[in-house]
Amino acid sequence: MNLAIKDIRHNLGRFVLTALGIGMLLMVVMGMGGIYRGLIEDATLLIDKIGADVWIVQNQTRGPFAEVSRVQKNLVDRVAVVPGVKHAREFVYHTIQRERYGKPFRMGVVGLSSPVDKGDWLPLIAGRPLSQAHFEMVADQKLGLQLGEKIKLGPDHYKVVGITKGMLSSGGDGLAFFTVRDAQAIQFDTPGEAIRLERASRRTRVSKEDLGYSQPVLLDRALGPSSSVPALGPPMLSAVIASISPAEDTSSVKETISGWSDVSVHTTEEERQLMLQGSVEMAKKQIGLFTALLTAISTIIMALILYTLTLEKIHDIALLKLIGASNRVILWMILQQAFLLGAMGYAIAYLIGQKVFPEFPRRVILLNNDLILLAVIVLGISLLSSLLGIWKAMRINPNEVLSG
Amino acid sequence: MGNKEISIETDGLTKIYGSGNTEVVAMIDVTFKVKHGEVMALLGPSGSGKSTLLTAVGLINPPTSGKVWIDGSLVMEGPREFTNLTKFRRNHIGYVFQKSNLIPFLSAQDNVRIALELNGWISHDARKRSIELLEYLGMSDRADNFPTMLSGGQQQRVAVARALANQPSVILADEPTAALDSQRGRQVMELFRKVAREQNGAVIVVTHDHRALDVFDTIYEMEDGRIHLKSDRPN
Repeated sequence: MNLAIKDIRHNLGRFVLTALGIGMLLMVVMGMGGIYRGLIEDATLLIDKIGADVWIVQNQTRGPFAEVSRVQKNLVDRVAVVPGVKHAREFVYHTIQRERYGKPFRMGVVGLSSPVDKGDWLPLIAGRPLSQAHFEMVADQKLGLQLGEKIKLGPDHYKVVGITKGMLSSGGDGLAFFTVRDAQAIQFDTPGEAIRLERASRRTRVSKEDLGYSQPVLLDRALGPSSSVPALGPPMLSAVIASISPAEDTSSVKETISGWSDVSVHTTEEERQLMLQGSVEMAKKQIGLFTALLTAISTIIMALILYTLTLEKIHDIALLKLIGASNRVILWMILQQAFLLGAMGYAIAYLIGQKVFPEFPRRVILLNNDLILLAVIVLGISLLSSLLGIWKAMRINPNEVLSG
Repeated sequence: MGNKEISIETDGLTKIYGSGNTEVVAMIDVTFKVKHGEVMALLGPSGSGKSTLLTAVGLINPPTSGKVWIDGSLVMEGPREFTNLTKFRRNHIGYVFQKSNLIPFLSAQDNVRIALELNGWISHDARKRSIELLEYLGMSDRADNFPTMLSGGQQQRVAVARALANQPSVILADEPTAALDSQRGRQVMELFRKVAREQNGAVIVVTHDHRALDVFDTIYEMEDGRIHLKSDRPN
């Protein structure tokens, strides 16, 4: 006869409610682990998927994700001719926040080096990659945009031609992919008034120079478009990414480019580590401590529940001992109830988590290894939390039957 | 001492609770014998030490001093144990208390069955035996009921069935008929005598029910912790 099961069946409602409470606690523990995995996934997603071997960024920076990086457009041509480089691409990345339907609308803007890179590597769930040089975008479904929808960013309208799934920035914002030129236009969108003021100040500057006095035609040209006489520097790139020929060694290419004084070079793995050790590291520690705290709280709560359950059964345990039950029988009964409570709580945590986590604003990723680890932890918690109850049960004397 | 013909034997049992100013002497120098097949009644007012004696003999509450033999074996001398008490209680002693003391999350049948399974009975045989015992006590129709669904008398009959389950050589009953009507009370007392005769065991019953005293072979009375023989009728 299984005493633990008999007891549970007799008090099923209470046991289920207790397991539900434990389950909700474990769900939070499970969720914290999932949020951590989500952070890592979001932080390294673009680095992993874009298919680059080395990232060339502004000198002494850890860009373009961990910090801002600015490199000149012509860097892509310099990199492309380095021996061993298969091809080099421009890369632009920045985050923007606009307003849409009265709510903040954030997106990570990624510039793809069209026509070399049209986003064929993107995990599309609808539509197609970019095909035109301008005014097209591929948006992640998290942004809530529909295929064929047009949105205004800066001075221009962009049509959504493709929808991706799971392409998020390290901040959890949905990514949108444009050509590099469009991404720059969005980033460096300068209002007409600013352009007029810049032209006026340019003319003033030229008029104060000898050149302006001697060649008055320059004053007229200063009022023209910036393409005539550059007043504002050309838009810059966030980075240049390069693929290395299979036959070449990445480290030797990196060494060559590292010799240039105006750039820093990171391999894909280094770029990943920069992300993980930078912005993710603190969140990792924060989440880790929270998870440890929650695990400890779960253990204490479970221990108190099992201790209370044992206290309620003092008379029954004393009676069982009186009629010949060994301590082993009592111990096994408490342990079984602890394990059942833990297992049921874990199952509830998993089932509710499956429904709830997708609704979270940031990604919650439950990896099999993490789930197995949590199951082992729950097993440990169950064992640990039952010790208090077992300790109490072992001290119960059969003569306590007589006390009422 | 330690006579094989004697089922229960005590020598100089004394139980003192507390010490110094708070010292309470519950039992003093209690010596008696119960032979195999004998049914003994223990009378006495409340606080006279009857339950203390019963728990000492039942190996539940060790005496401060004195010896207890059961079936010829010295099992306890003062607080010192000479055997595995858990195992010994399981094999040799059946208990019936004033309150039925049933396990609330087990049905009537399971309350009997657990005593058997703890003693190594396989589930099928234990189920069969528990049904037989409940039938014997007129409780077979309530076998699946939980204790809260039974009346006080019905609960007590289940407790008696549990005490009889392992055919113990010693049955200790503390006012077992207090919650039963006179007819059922007498049936239980006669049942104890039948068990004592058929299994050659010994039964000690603490009782206030003077209507069934004719069932007993010996009647002891306790007063202020001391025991004395009131009536002896050889079986």
